[in-house]
Amino acid sequence: MTEALLLKKAKILDAERIGRMIDRMAHEIAERQKDLAGLAFVGIRTRGVPLAMRLAERLSDLVKTPFPVGTLDITLYRDDLSTVAPQPLLKKTEIEFDLNDRAVILCDDVLYTGRTIRAALDGVIDLGRPRAIRLAVLIDRGHREFPIEANYVGKSVPTAQREVIKVMFRETDAADEVWILERPGS
Amino acid sequence: MSGARDKADLTPARQTISALRSKDLLGIEHLEAEEITLLLDTAESMRSIAERQIKKVPALRGRMVVNLFFEPSTRTRFSFETAEKWLSADSLNFSGGKGTSVEKGESLLDTARTLQAMSPDLIVVRHSSAGVPHFLARHLDAGVINAGDGAHEHPTQALLDALTIRSRFGRLEGLRVVIAGDIAHSRVARSNVFLLTRMGAEVTVCGPPTLLPPRVEELGAKATTDFDHAVEGADVVMMLRMQLERQKHSLFPSKREYFARYGLTAERLARASPEAIAMHPGPMNRGVEISSEVADSPQSVILEQVANGVPVRMAVLYLLLTGRPWEGEREGA
Repeated sequence: MTEALLLKKAKILDAERIGRMIDRMAHEIAERQKDLAGLAFVGIRTRGVPLAMRLAERLSDLVKTPFPVGTLDITLYRDDLSTVAPQPLLKKTEIEFDLNDRAVILCDDVLYTGRTIRAALDGVIDLGRPRAIRLAVLIDRGHREFPIEANYVGKSVPTAQREVIKVMFRETDAADEVWILERPGS
Repeated sequence: MSGARDKADLTPARQTISALRSKDLLGIEHLEAEEITLLLDTAESMRSIAERQIKKVPALRGRMVVNLFFEPSTRTRFSFETAEKWLSADSLNFSGGKGTSVEKGESLLDTARTLQAMSPDLIVVRHSSAGVPHFLARHLDAGVINAGDGAHEHPTQALLDALTIRSRFGRLEGLRVVIAGDIAHSRVARSNVFLLTRMGAEVTVCGPPTLLPPRVEELGAKATTDFDHAVEGADVVMMLRMQLERQKHSLFPSKREYFARYGLTAERLARASPEAIAMHPGPMNRGVEISSEVADSPQSVILEQVANGVPVRMAVLYLLLTGRPWEGEREGA
């Protein structure tokens, strides 16, 4: 998939809206997680990582406690390794804290089929036995193929299958924006 | 997959490649520098699996690998088997020799065809004759990994050596590497010369005249018989095993005399750069090519080499068995 094949259709969120959404999600986590003391964030590479870091930072501001943040690469857990081409570059999983008995907030930018999250759950479980795993996503675009739902959602965006949601973060893409893109000819 | 379909992957075009060009790893000679970098980067990512409690990922579930070892091997075979298990591949082990069809006179091609009938995805082969992996690659649909063929190549050893060096120095380019000992009989030396020169290191091979192959400079390395001089200022001193089993005639006077002129002693290593590391692919002949003092010193990275064997072989298995780039544009996004 190359960028050249996609047409920009509409910018649906800007930096200010994204910032407010992350603020709200951090407040929701503070309100609903009973076990803040043992809470940790794990971001799914690539764009789950900035979301995890920002949520952890905002939550720390709110409750005045630091939270550990880890990075999960799910490549080795994908269910399509033999069919996808070119294959994704394998990167490191960096979770420097013990997951046992922690509540983990798994973070990703977009929730779509649920297959990424299925792979991520397997990846996390192989690293330890968290007490609970919750899911936070910036965008839920529907079209689930697995019975997986997010606990914390920035925004639900109804989409068509031919559309693509492009989340951009300053850390990875030099701007905070969310776009709907479309494949031409569809 | 979802990762690809959930998000348009519009990160700036990667400078690096994400797949190898061939279905086989027959040697280092025909690998591009960027393929070597991809293998080493992938191996580095695989390393962390060794530190986990559950040393298993499902990446190669349902794929079958046959380990075909016609020549004895301990560390290479064990590390391939470990790599296969950690990646969840199924494996079959075949050792040529007593009791097998090879001893009963079966030809290599017939052995290969028998294996083909089990539809393996990948065959890891070691053989005392150069070119056997290439022969199998031509006749089988499965991918083939060369785990050492005669005195020709041993690509996964060179890759794990490179990973060890890169971990120490952060780079390969510009390093001064001396490879010393039985160059003529060493597939490890050949693969290392190909790899290190391709990655921009400055390589000198060193040994007694009887153990230096003719025209070795054509491989891109300097050659010398003066070990003391070669070691001067080196960053890496890689000793080779004296391959007594491959030598039909006496190619050096005695082990003691060999050690006196070509053994890596602490005094000799002191002539190298202060940060220099000492390497050996194993199994070591202590007191022949390397002194125990050096082998067990903090400058020795011999155990790191062994530890890097598994992630390197995981990287090779993974890259050869997943996502073939020639199968066309990926669906989705």
